[in-house]
Amino acid sequence: MSVLEIKDLTVEFPSRRSVFVAVDDVTLNVEAGKILGVVGESGAGKSTVGNAVIGLLQEPGQISHGEVFLHGKRIDNLKDREKRRLRGRRIGMIFQDPLTSLDPLQTVESQLVETIRTHLPLSRKEARERAVDLIASVGIPDPRERIKQYPHQFSGGMRQRVVIALALCAEPELVIADEPTTALDVSIQAQILELMKRLCEERGVAMLVITHDMGVIAEITDHVAVMYRGRLVEYGETGQVLGAPGHPYTKSLISAVPRPDIKVERFPAVNYIEEAGTPQNQLDIATHWLGKTQNYENVVGPLVRIDDLSMRFETRGSIFPSRRKYFQAVKNVSFNIEEGETFGLVGESGSGKSTIARLITGLYQPSGGSILFGSTELTSLRNRADVLSMRRQMQMIFQDPYSSLNARMRVSDIVAEPIRFHRLASDNRQVRQIVDDLLDHVGLGAAAGRKFPHEFSGGQRQRISIARALATRPRFLICDEPTSALDVSIQAQILNLLKDLQEELGLTMLFISHDLAVIRQMCNRVGVMRHGELCEVAECDTLFEAPQHDYTRELLRLMPSMDLLSRANLETA
Amino acid sequence: MIGFAARRLLQALIVMLVVALLAFTMFRFVGDPINQMVGIETSIEEREALRERLGLNDPVPIQFLRFAAKAARFDFGTSYQFRQPVSELFAKRIPATLELSFVSALFALLIGVPMGIYAGLNRHSPLSKLFLSVSLVGISLPTFFIGILLIFLFSVTLQWLPSFGRGETVQIGSWWTTGFLTVSGLKALILPSITLGLYQMTLIMRLIRAEMLEVIRTDYIKFARARGLPNRLVHFRHALKNTLVPVVTITGLQLGSIIAFATITETVFQWPGMGLMFLQAVQNVDIPIMSAYLILTAFLFVAINFIVDILYFFIDPRLRVGRP
Repeated sequence: MSVLEIKDLTVEFPSRRSVFVAVDDVTLNVEAGKILGVVGESGAGKSTVGNAVIGLLQEPGQISHGEVFLHGKRIDNLKDREKRRLRGRRIGMIFQDPLTSLDPLQTVESQLVETIRTHLPLSRKEARERAVDLIASVGIPDPRERIKQYPHQFSGGMRQRVVIALALCAEPELVIADEPTTALDVSIQAQILELMKRLCEERGVAMLVITHDMGVIAEITDHVAVMYRGRLVEYGETGQVLGAPGHPYTKSLISAVPRPDIKVERFPAVNYIEEAGTPQNQLDIATHWLGKTQNYENVVGPLVRIDDLSMRFETRGSIFPSRRKYFQAVKNVSFNIEEGETFGLVGESGSGKSTIARLITGLYQPSGGSILFGSTELTSLRNRADVLSMRRQMQMIFQDPYSSLNARMRVSDIVAEPIRFHRLASDNRQVRQIVDDLLDHVGLGAAAGRKFPHEFSGGQRQRISIARALATRPRFLICDEPTSALDVSIQAQILNLLKDLQEELGLTMLFISHDLAVIRQMCNRVGVMRHGELCEVAECDTLFEAPQHDYTRELLRLMPSMDLLSRANLETA
Repeated sequence: MIGFAARRLLQALIVMLVVALLAFTMFRFVGDPINQMVGIETSIEEREALRERLGLNDPVPIQFLRFAAKAARFDFGTSYQFRQPVSELFAKRIPATLELSFVSALFALLIGVPMGIYAGLNRHSPLSKLFLSVSLVGISLPTFFIGILLIFLFSVTLQWLPSFGRGETVQIGSWWTTGFLTVSGLKALILPSITLGLYQMTLIMRLIRAEMLEVIRTDYIKFARARGLPNRLVHFRHALKNTLVPVVTITGLQLGSIIAFATITETVFQWPGMGLMFLQAVQNVDIPIMSAYLILTAFLFVAINFIVDILYFFIDPRLRVGRP
């Protein structure tokens, strides 16, 4: 018999004017010892399903229709008190961000003990024993020592283990995991997924995993439900759904997932969530301002030469040099970027990849080494005119499209700012014309210029960032995780756009990402970074097919396997 | 932690030195102290002799060092108007001010904290809205006006409570007088404490409410609910404790300002504390009292801030131990 049964669930969020249907007529089943994945892009209503089951819908959300059964007993119509007794006791929950899921002011032990004692009739001492056992069973070494510590003393992966231990405190029959590994590095993700799978098998827990990540779905789920705008579009065995998707949305979603094993020239467009935004008026780059050759120096050999670059940050200041402490973020890194290529930097968080981007753009002064751009040494630039000229030649696209645009400026002013600052146009009319053309060209349309950034979605904002970066007619573009905050289908669009622009404008790119699959799609050559050191630099295809360094092999091995995913659409693309 | 405390102590010392310098310059630039001390009939020679004897002809840095060394021993010289040592005058006045400040801080905390918690947890309840609008009145009316209003209502119209003074006091030890032990003393405390504490109460309530609303939205509160913890634990152990860090900061600073700026309340209620004495000193250009008051106030602020900094260590474990 199934542990969790959801029948015709509809969740509504009434507002003053209308009713927003977040979940529309969803029917699901989870059996003991099995994992059901709910996958979809943002706004699909997948988290709302989880919250509705556990009875923690955000105000003013309400279940307007349908039933939820736990072991055959109906739970959606219980009173608040009774629902609270279910939470933690019979249904456990794991949240996305382990860094914020634990109370920072309480020790791990006190959070575990209070939860255990809320649900089970144990003495404080027995509860403590049980807490130690739990911490040990989720794979935290030295449980007796570590349990006395505070959350900030644990790393992200360890904290997620604590969160899992907390969810398992009272041996629940069902665990709901909402994006359990999204905030984690690949290697940690692999460990956590393995742990979840093991707990499922050993304890016979039924698990509902909510995620946007096809890799996670392919890796651990037995069944999968694909949601789109609150509706269940496809539901079945994981291998079946991913391998031979029936619904067009599933098909396009799967085809938009970047694969580490196959390189595609372009991603097929997914127009389900958001218009892909094809350029309204195709610019003729050859004659347009944007494509005009500039008096940039001709470079023989690599465009960017990084030699023995180091960066350390002071973590403890002192007037005595011997007592100062440093964190070495980048250690003796050397590589070249050829003109016109895309060079990828890949690594886990804290590996120093973003620091390198900031060193190149001059946001940090390196503590050692040299950065040669053409024939100019960037680390010793003092003259303001030279600095400006360098800044004009290199532009950056940041990760978070929400905080990298000034919310109080109109989009047209955001894009025009670099043109005005560098005096690249003769008069205001020309500036406006260029801005309109740029917005057109990145697929937003000139009318977008009159709006403010908050009126756009994440993907559209990233297009604005790209237009802004192009506004100085740069020859070198640094993209720091440009798509990691975006949904798969939007990511595919942005990656396509970047590829097109590079081709048209002959840009050189430094592409930074933690996602090997994205790197594979975008880059000619790749550098793998770990703890501030460059482990390996290789041609992209060579790196994926014959990795030399142990760490690269490890990273590739830990990546969720995409073998299950259908390849049907890729060939047609 | 010891290193941290030592660093803070050093900073406090620097602040105190700067304040002492300010207090010292008052003597030099606000009139001639000799003129204030002697009568009109004193001859120029006698004045010069006095100047020499008091060390007023010495180089300025030496005078300052002497002043600072005396101030460190609570020796602020002799008041011009009362012809008594300033430290003795303050010793007589301090108990009144401290008792008033203590009671009004207690009033602000005991009423403000629960009100803030309630308003934070029950955002839309009519009672929270009432708290908010009443507190708006508290924050926008000037202190003296509230004092006068209270006197009019409770002393003049209802005749329940005295309108001025400390009532009967009891001597404890050599110099501390307290109003806590007599009925009239306690009654006399009520109106001035409310007057003085109303603003702080409002501030604390609004601060706790805002922090509470913020904390309630965090993931760890959601996770605590998802673990099925009862509301009591979620609200008080997890939510309230996390709101405390900013609240302790503000409360500490406010306590300082209650003590230091009780002047207006003390004037309205003719409360025989430091503030009232300070006002009289300003009227009579009694520089020793003014400078002593300046130093004392600064000292109280610095001391309270120091205690608050140390308190952080007990509230927030993230400050206690470094990252692994």
